[in-house]
Amino acid sequence: MSNDPFPPFTGTHRPRPEGPFPPTEEMLSEPVNPEEQAAREARLREAWKEPTGIAYWTAVNNDKVGAWYSLTALFFMLCAGVLALLMRIQLAVPGNDFLDADRYNQFFTMHGSAMMFLFAVPMFEAISILVLPAFLGARDMPFPRLSAYGYWCFLIGGIFVLGSVLFDVAPRGGWFMYPPLTTRDQGIGSDIWLLGLSFIEVASIAAAVELIVGVLKCRPPGMRVNLMPLYAWYVLVVGGMILFAFPPLIAGDFLFEMERSFDWPFFDPTRGGDPMLWQHLFWIFGHPEVYIIFLPSIAIAAMVIPTVAQRPIVGYSWIVLSAVGVGFLSFGLWVHHMFTTGLPNISLGFFSAASEAVVIPTGIQIFVFAATLMVGKVQKSLPMLWIAGALAIFVLGGLTGVMLAIAPFNWAVHDTYFIVAHLHYTLFGGMIFPVMAGVYYFYPFFRKGKMMSVTLGRWAFWLIFIGFNAAFLPMHYTGLMGMPRRVFTYGAGMDWGWLNMLSTVASFVIAAGFAVFVWDLIRPKRDMEGRQRNPWNAGTLEWSHDVPEENWGVRCIPFITSRYPLWQQPKLIERMDSGRFYLPDTEFGHRETLVTSVLDARPLHIQRVTGPAWITILAAAFTGGAFIFPTFHWYPPAIVCGAFAIVCVLYWLWTTTAQIPDAPTGDVGLGLRLPRYAAGPDAPGWWAVWITMLGDATAFASLVFGFFFYWTASTDFPPAGAPGADGALTAATAVLLALSWGATRVARGIHRHDRIRAAQGLMAAAVLLTALGGTTLVLAVIDLQPTTHVYPALVCALVVWLAAHLFLGGVGQAYCLARSLAGRMTPLYDADLCNVTLMWHFIALQALVTCAVIGLLPGWMA
Amino acid sequence: MRVRSRLPFALLPGLPGCTGRQSVLDTAGTDAHTLLTMFWVMLAGLVVIWVAVNGMMLVFRHLSPRRHDEALARKMIVGGGIMLPTVVISALLAWGLSVMPDQRAPGDGLRVEVIGEQWWWRVHYWPEGAEAPVVSANEGRLPGGLRTEFDLHSDKVIHSFWVPALGGKMDMFPGRRTMMSLHPDEAGVFRGQCAEFCGASHALMAFETVTMPPEDFAAWLEHEAGPAVPPEGEVAERGAVVFAEQGCGACHAVRGTAAQGQVGPDLTHVGSRHSLGAGILEPTVENFAAWIDHTGDLKPEVEMPAYDDLPGDDLTALATFLMGLK
Repeated sequence: MSNDPFPPFTGTHRPRPEGPFPPTEEMLSEPVNPEEQAAREARLREAWKEPTGIAYWTAVNNDKVGAWYSLTALFFMLCAGVLALLMRIQLAVPGNDFLDADRYNQFFTMHGSAMMFLFAVPMFEAISILVLPAFLGARDMPFPRLSAYGYWCFLIGGIFVLGSVLFDVAPRGGWFMYPPLTTRDQGIGSDIWLLGLSFIEVASIAAAVELIVGVLKCRPPGMRVNLMPLYAWYVLVVGGMILFAFPPLIAGDFLFEMERSFDWPFFDPTRGGDPMLWQHLFWIFGHPEVYIIFLPSIAIAAMVIPTVAQRPIVGYSWIVLSAVGVGFLSFGLWVHHMFTTGLPNISLGFFSAASEAVVIPTGIQIFVFAATLMVGKVQKSLPMLWIAGALAIFVLGGLTGVMLAIAPFNWAVHDTYFIVAHLHYTLFGGMIFPVMAGVYYFYPFFRKGKMMSVTLGRWAFWLIFIGFNAAFLPMHYTGLMGMPRRVFTYGAGMDWGWLNMLSTVASFVIAAGFAVFVWDLIRPKRDMEGRQRNPWNAGTLEWSHDVPEENWGVRCIPFITSRYPLWQQPKLIERMDSGRFYLPDTEFGHRETLVTSVLDARPLHIQRVTGPAWITILAAAFTGGAFIFPTFHWYPPAIVCGAFAIVCVLYWLWTTTAQIPDAPTGDVGLGLRLPRYAAGPDAPGWWAVWITMLGDATAFASLVFGFFFYWTASTDFPPAGAPGADGALTAATAVLLALSWGATRVARGIHRHDRIRAAQGLMAAAVLLTALGGTTLVLAVIDLQPTTHVYPALVCALVVWLAAHLFLGGVGQAYCLARSLAGRMTPLYDADLCNVTLMWHFIALQALVTCAVIGLLPGWMA
Repeated sequence: MRVRSRLPFALLPGLPGCTGRQSVLDTAGTDAHTLLTMFWVMLAGLVVIWVAVNGMMLVFRHLSPRRHDEALARKMIVGGGIMLPTVVISALLAWGLSVMPDQRAPGDGLRVEVIGEQWWWRVHYWPEGAEAPVVSANEGRLPGGLRTEFDLHSDKVIHSFWVPALGGKMDMFPGRRTMMSLHPDEAGVFRGQCAEFCGASHALMAFETVTMPPEDFAAWLEHEAGPAVPPEGEVAERGAVVFAEQGCGACHAVRGTAAQGQVGPDLTHVGSRHSLGAGILEPTVENFAAWIDHTGDLKPEVEMPAYDDLPGDDLTALATFLMGLK
């Protein structure tokens, strides 16, 4: 502590922001010395320098990672599209033998799975990583290495899952993977689906956490929540939805894989299991998933339409509330995928009504767009053409959705081609077309002034639009004529032949449209003239970008007072270019961005942003091994990979996060001095832990839901007289883990008051208590035989879940101890301990709930 | 293990040979009539709303802005985004949900238990008060003008029971029972098909449903309950011997003979059915022979082995015997 420039911490001596905020017009109009300006630019350029050669792939900047991410997602989408074309060839004529049954079933499974997990969700995250910092005038995402890690996980997982098609071992149970068909399936297809996609889901959640934190903490000073660009609102809503929708699926995957690998009978009715539990968990994920795909595309429309109408959106609050409303409602609709499973009429009625209710917020969003177009002066442009096409298609898909939400009508057409038509109308109208509009709209932003061709764009539009309608409109009729989904062939007597032939021919017209689009996207545009910075004359911050490109994200971080700053804040670009705003320099040559407060965006501190690294790629590769090897039941290499992945992540945290800064505060310009370090609720890392643990708790809650599901759905759960967890050991576990949590919490408190030795003692004790608690936990259930019945299986699953968390929690406690011993964590700079304590609040909660569920509940239930 | 098979192209274009109607738009039962009416009404509404919304978008893109537009725009958001959909969906829900109880009403006496197998249907008829069912397979027979209750479950994986011309569908679960009912009001043959993906040959799991006047149905059921008719003629008699020699009875039952297997479909009256192989082939001697000769080619991954080493004469005899089981 001797070289600490501050007196011992007493609770009030943490550096605080000092200086005037908000800046006055006078301060903003002060000229900048051109020499100083040039020197600052040189320093920034040096700090943000892009790695070259092979090291190019170590880049972590949002524009690099976002570009790789979106191109990879596009590639996976094209692959899934090729599968669709092959299926269309098979169905073109009755009794075709182009594909056999097994291959067809692999193809439709992979088409759906890839479009959902490898294209739709990642594409949203990719585009958001690419554009969000620019919308918010930030230099980068808050955790660039996390984006890079997520990308490499996505790439490895995507190639693994999609590549299985080439080896004829792809999953073949449908993208919904209903057991018992899939639990009974021989071969590794189901395991590839479960493990490969779980791996990608983890990456998706990582990206969602980062996007949420980005929106909440990395906005420019002055951009209060009610001034945020609409896209940021949608990112917030969709990020939140991913956080609560994916964990139930991960919990389901966990149970499913335990049944596949170790024969724990969660979905096997002969041993007390129930396949309906999977359907619930899958659709609790699956329905929000539809809106997770749809809302970001509406967000793109919400950026394009004001620009096209050359005026701010009409009804900003309406559209924000509608987006939030859709987010909430989407979690109450999942049963409409299960209308034919024989649930009671009262449930069906409730879910019918809830499904219909989503029309209202969706309608509001469409009418907000209509109103904006009505009031504005609309300019003809390619993006608007795609948005108009999107609405034409989406409204039809939405209206057939209104029909399908009526439960009895659903009984007639459920699982027919009517549904295939409906879902493609919603996804093309609600995702593909708006994303295409977005690509044309943002292209001059991505490529710094270059434009895509209007002629080719029109060709692509009309080919895809006409091809799409010719392919999918007849499918409504095909379905009404009685053709079920997911059939690899049909008889000539069914009279479906001409309809299918029409759909097949038209599907190739769609493919031609995509070929035109992809060519236009990738064709060389070296000699493109007339590089315009803001070719659409848009009003939002991303169009203040530097042309030609600079690697620093933004020259300086502007002060924002309006929703459309480029229209409503004159001189903004000029002042940004001259570095008049915040953080125009980097004092110590580090990459930095500004962190502001959640609601009113007051500047809080300077956040050091991480730079290029191999470790993220290595961590992703080992994480991949940990997920991929179990597919082949090769557990030892999986465990080794898991261990290496943890080592990599620890190294990455140790060397780059929560670094003690070169100076406690820094000058960010306009007279403002900000701290260079934050711990607790001011720090983005703390928010990331909070948000991640919320998702984690949701997965845990899904497992507990399983416990209650079996209890209500079955008369013999828990079976009379069945052995359960040992009472005394369970109680001991609860006590030990409560003590471990307490020790961590107290360590954080006294550590801040400079009692370092005592805090280190407590941290060591906490590690020990965690290990002991984990041991008693495992011993409590060691005698149970999880393969005999679903009850011991679920008890053991909860224990496995908790044990894994205790392992990570123990690693966290040991990490803090090590940081403290190494002098990398001090009473003033204690973010690590704050974050681990926060994590432990959640772990302790899960531990106590687990102990109650396995120790107390069976007694009460019996 | 994955069985890779090539469907003999020549056989399939004729598949299925005889086909009942399988269309939601061509109905023959009260439940299906109701759903069809609902469809036409909703379709009309859909067309009106779609044209209105897209027309509005088209017009607005060409309007030039005027004064007071913004207040009007806000009114439009409230009217079009909130008020209109609230009224429309409330009315639709009130009507739509009110028809549900009828479609799941209890039957008038006959209960039919259908069990989904991979990939065929076990069918048990339980007339009112019966202590044991009349066992059949791969075909449904229903008395017209009466409501018949279906008691549905399945053996290994999830299937879904669906006869589009008669009514909605209901999933069939292992370890769970689901219930639905149908009320046909027209005599005829209507095709049904499994609607929940159930594995390799999901596409090849269908059945014919025959609706008939109640008196005819009673007579048919009495016949169906009886033992198999003895083989007639030399070829059929030889076929019965082949059936016994090849051990067909280990999986299939032919009541009145030694064959009592319960693994595969009951064949007591298989020759009287409208289709073969669960709705995929016309019941002819040639098709019976083709089916036994290469089951896996006609229905990938089917559990019944192919008897492709059976001499041609024996195969024909066996097929003739089965066709004779009227």
